Parts: sequence; structure tokens; C-alpha cells
Amino acid sequence: MSLTSEARATALALEPLRFAGPVPGFATGTLTSLRDIAAHRELMDLLIRRELKAKYKDSALGFVWSLLKPLALLLVYYVAIGKFLGAARQIDDFAIFIFTGLTAWQLVTDIVVPGTGSIVANSGLIKKVYLPREVFPLAVVGSALFNFAIQLAILVAATVAVGRFPVGPNWLYFPLSLLVLLVFSTAMALLLSAVNVYLRDVQYLVEIAFMILFWASPIVYSWALVQEELTAAWMQAVYLANPVTLAVLGFQQTFWVAGAGEPIPDHLGTRLLIALGIGVVLLWFCQRVFAKLQSNFAQEL
Amino acid sequence: MTNPNVIEIENVSKRFIIRKEKSLKERLVNFGRSKLHKEDFWALRDVDLSIASGSTVGLVGPNGSGKSTLLKAIGGIIQPTSGTVKVRGRLAALLELGAGFHPDLTGRENVYLNASILGLSRQQTDKHFDAIVDFSGIEQFIDTQVKFYSSGMYVRLAFAVAVHVDPDILLVDEVLAVGDEPFQRKCMERIKGFQHEGRTIVLVSHSLDQVAELCDRAIVLERGLVTADGIPQEALRVLRADFEATRQGEIDRAAARSGVADKPALQAQVGAVALLDERTREPIGSIRPGDSIRARVTVSASPLLQDWMLGLAIDTPIGTTVYGTNTQLLGVRLPPLTGEASFDFLLPDLRLGEGRYTLRLAIEGTNGQEIHRLDEAAHIEVRSDGRAHGSIAVDASFATV
Repeated sequence: MSLTSEARATALALEPLRFAGPVPGFATGTLTSLRDIAAHRELMDLLIRRELKAKYKDSALGFVWSLLKPLALLLVYYVAIGKFLGAARQIDDFAIFIFTGLTAWQLVTDIVVPGTGSIVANSGLIKKVYLPREVFPLAVVGSALFNFAIQLAILVAATVAVGRFPVGPNWLYFPLSLLVLLVFSTAMALLLSAVNVYLRDVQYLVEIAFMILFWASPIVYSWALVQEELTAAWMQAVYLANPVTLAVLGFQQTFWVAGAGEPIPDHLGTRLLIALGIGVVLLWFCQRVFAKLQSNFAQEL
Repeated sequence: MTNPNVIEIENVSKRFIIRKEKSLKERLVNFGRSKLHKEDFWALRDVDLSIASGSTVGLVGPNGSGKSTLLKAIGGIIQPTSGTVKVRGRLAALLELGAGFHPDLTGRENVYLNASILGLSRQQTDKHFDAIVDFSGIEQFIDTQVKFYSSGMYVRLAFAVAVHVDPDILLVDEVLAVGDEPFQRKCMERIKGFQHEGRTIVLVSHSLDQVAELCDRAIVLERGLVTADGIPQEALRVLRADFEATRQGEIDRAAARSGVADKPALQAQVGAVALLDERTREPIGSIRPGDSIRARVTVSASPLLQDWMLGLAIDTPIGTTVYGTNTQLLGVRLPPLTGEASFDFLLPDLRLGEGRYTLRLAIEGTNGQEIHRLDEAAHIEVRSDGRAHGSIAVDASFATV
């Protein structure tokens, strides 16, 4: 036996035995899961780069494409809904209004839709190497945030261009709303990506659900219009129970300066805080479900 | 000091629930048609193992015996239905070379990505990067997207990354079979280097010779059960005997199926073959290298067999012929034959290496036309002292000049 091998044996003897793979137990594994994920930060970073780099690798315009998509949507909604349907007459700075909502909405779709398919898309790796599988949906969150940052930059530039750069305490709505969006969509991405392994239909269901949900938040129409229609208190409560709606309203509070006089739901800040609290619990729960389901990923893929 | 256990497997069972999916269905079919309606399949049953640091363990067994499942359970890729798998130290699984390579990224980017997947930090990869590229031998293509790589280049780069990860436990599943010969030799050298550095290697292989050469312990799995566990020579003997039984069973079944239907009226037939000790003429089961044996062949002919010769060959279990001769080559003219007669092939000083060999007998016409062949006429079990491997036995020794 050489010296190195003896040294290795001695070092190994001091190490405790650990479970191969995730630690069993529904509630007890949380800390281990978090530690495991934290230990793979670098990998997550590389996976995010991979997603971003590979996405537009051979296209001439590259990243510009990820900007053109929301801009095209903006144009369509501005012309069709703003001008033809006349929404722009009731909503000041309609372009800013729409783009604010779209930016928030795009972040959610960019996380949940590709996030749902992320485990199946990486099946090659999952079947061959053990990694905390959370890194795949989380990497999607990372690359979605990157796109979000670009859109946000455009949004801010646009507010400057129309001469209504947001200032003042309304900025506080932005980080709060962003956190609500992140927590809820990450929770959904984790849960749905795991369920999608067992039931591939989820992927398609999510796409349709998102098409519908888009209209359930005040993105292309204003809260004022909703208030007029939904007069019953319980109907408004249901409408506002959607965390994305709250976050979109929060975004508008920050960036849609022209809408400062428009009505907003009572206690929007409190509602956002409550949503965040619920979201954190949901995120924890979804991670635990994910951890439970992931033990059979390798054989189901 | 005794080496600590790096892998401890306690009562591990793994059940796969059978769905209407094809792959699992096929597995079930292998199990026998009577169990078609059964709903689950036990890939592993109460496996209890511990593997000490620094050992090289070969997992062998027929297809579907649970080898890869066990390896994946050790790697944490699948979770056992019951029981626990515990490990110590850094673990790297080479279950598939280049798992995690992204075709649209360059070789350089993929090296970092793959190293990270195998558990190297960025700094560590930076440190090893030149060595990795150097080992792979594809410097000039390192900034090309890997989708333009030939499969050989791909494998080289993947292996280069894999061997520069610094694992305490290395799990290897069949990947050594990929690549050209120089590359395979490189793999082997590297693995031997790993052994020298006290790393633990768990290897799944169908190449029994490879297991015998590399491992200091072999574990035979069959239908999810550990059927043998010990030094490779002993364990492989068990497995070879088992392979033989399976093959014999298949041959018998095939014979039973075709036998009734269209059996041609044979002009002549090789009947029984008996292996006898050369001097005592007692039947023997196993021999040692250098023993002399006598193969007594019974041939029956009806109505008349003429212008014929008798051939004999010795095959290894994987079907390589290590020796073959016939009466024509031996310069013997066989007389016309009616009825039954026995002949002896004398095989003196048979220096075969350890293993189980098969005797193949054939009757041919002198014009070369085959009249009857008996593929599994008899078996010779050769037992040696375990000082060597290969098909021939040489009484080698070593001295310093």
C-alpha cells in the first residue's frame, strides 16, 4: 500500500457514513436539501449559462430575440386592444401599462412553463448522475431572471423616455411583488416538474392554463375596469386571491406613474405580504413533495 | 489498520412496478410467461454488502440480474424500496461517458459543465483544465461545438474529464467497452492508477476476463440475489457454470422444438462423449493444467458411413476456439462404419488456463460436408492456482537479473 492510499483510508475512516441520494423523511430532509442545493451553486450557474447560451447559439441576432418577443406582444396588444378596442382612451400611458404587466407575466411563464418540462428535458443526466434534482427547475428560474432583468431595463428606459420615471415610496411595491412572483412560480415549477415525470400531460395542461390565466390578471385591462364589472365583494376577493394579480398590481404601482390616481385594491401592501407568507410555506411544501417524488425519477424517465 | 467501509448496503430491495410500458414488459417476459400478470418485479432482493476502501469490486451476472440497479442505488440515482445504502467520501459515477454534454456548447464549456456535474469546483477545473485537454488529445477542437465532434473525440473528452475528478469511490458501468484500443488501454492504465491510490472502484462488466484481471473481489448477482461473493476466480467459476446451465437449457429447448418437427434421417451421429483420465481411464470432472485426458467418442452410423473424419475442438465459454483438430489432420483414415463404435482422442499434457471449456465434436465427410455436429459434447473444468489468467497455462516465474 502506498502512502497516499493509506492516508486516504485514514481520512475516509473519519468521515461519517451518509445516505446515497436524498435523505429519507418528509419534514426532516429540508435542511439537507437546502445544503445540498447550496453545494451545487456553481453547477446551477453553469446550467443557467448553458440554457442561455444554447438557446440562441446559432442565430444571428442571439439574445435580441428574447427582447423581440415581448416587444412584439406589446405592439400587438397596444394596437389591437389599446387602439382598436379603445382601452388606451381610458388608460393613460397604455404602452407602459401593458409592458409593466407583460414583464411580470413573462417572468412567471418563463419560470413555470419551461420549469415544468425541465426534469424530463434533463432525463439523460438524471438517469446517469446523482445531483440534487432541484437544480434543474432552479436553473430555469435563473435564466428566466436574466431575461426579466433585460425586460426590466427596457421598461425603466421607457419610463424615462415618456418622462415619467418612477420615484418615491411606490418603489417598495416592486421588490415585494417580485418576491411574490418568484416564490409562487418557483413553487409551481418544482411541483409541476416532478408531477410531469409521472404524468406527461401536465406539460400541455400548463401551457393551456397559462393562456387562460393571462386574462385573469389586469395586464391588458385595468383594475378600474374589473371593479366596475365585479361588484360583489366576494368576486373581487376571488379575483385578488391570485398572487400574480397582486404582483402585477404592485408592479403597476411602481412603474405606471400615469396611473397614480387610479383606484387600487385596499391594503395592497398587506395583501402582498400575506401572499408572500403563503408563498414561502407553499414553496417549502412543494420542495418536500418534489423530494418525495424524486426518488423514483430515474426509473420513470 | 483495517480499511474502513466506504459503502454499506443493508437489506436493500428494489421493486419495479410493472406498467404497460414496453421495456419493463420485456423484462417480465424474460422472467417467464407464467408471471405475465404479476405486477411487480424485484430487481434486488435483500442485498447485504459492505465494501472496504481501496478495494476493486466487480459486479457480474447475466442480463437483468440487477447489477446496474445496484450500481445506481450506490450512486444514489435510484432509491431502494427498502433497506439503506450509505457511502462515505466523494463519489463519481461513470455510468455513461459524456452524460451532460450539451451539443451546442464548445468543448471547453462542456468540460466545465461536466466537471461540475461530477462534483468539481470551478477552481479545481481550472487547475486540471490543461491536463484534461492534454489527456483527451483534442486541443485543436476544444473551442468547437461538440455537435461537430466525431464520436471518438466525444468519448475521449468525456473520459478525460471523468478521470480528472478526484473520487474516493468510482462507479463504472460498462463504459470501458467504448473507444478504440489505445483509448481502452488508457482507461485501464488510469483505473490501475486509481487502485494504486487507494480509491475504491465498483465495476459492472460483462467481460469476465476484465473482472478477473482488475478486481480483487467479484460479486455475482442473479435475479436480484447475491449468489456468490469472493475472490474473482471463485465467483466467476460460479457464474460460468450458471451461464453454461442457461445455455444448455436453451439448446435443449431449441432441440425439443425442432426435434419433433423435421428431424432429418441422420446418416451418422456423435453419441456420448466421455472425458477420462489418461492412465486410470476413470471419468473426470475437473483437471489441472498439464493433466492428460482422453476424450472417448461414441459414433453411431446407419446404414453405412464411409469416407468420413472426426473432428474435435476446445472452446472457451465465449466461443473462442482454443484448439481444434481432426482425424484427417492427424493422418488417420477412418474405416467405413456401420453401427456403433468408440474412438479415443488422446490429449496429453493439456496446458489450459483456468476456466470452463467446451468440447465440440463433428463428423464430416472427407469432402468437407458436415454430417453431424455436437456443440456441447462435454465440458472440461480447469482449475489452477490463480496465478495467471488467459486460456493457456504457463508455469511462469520471475527473477531479477
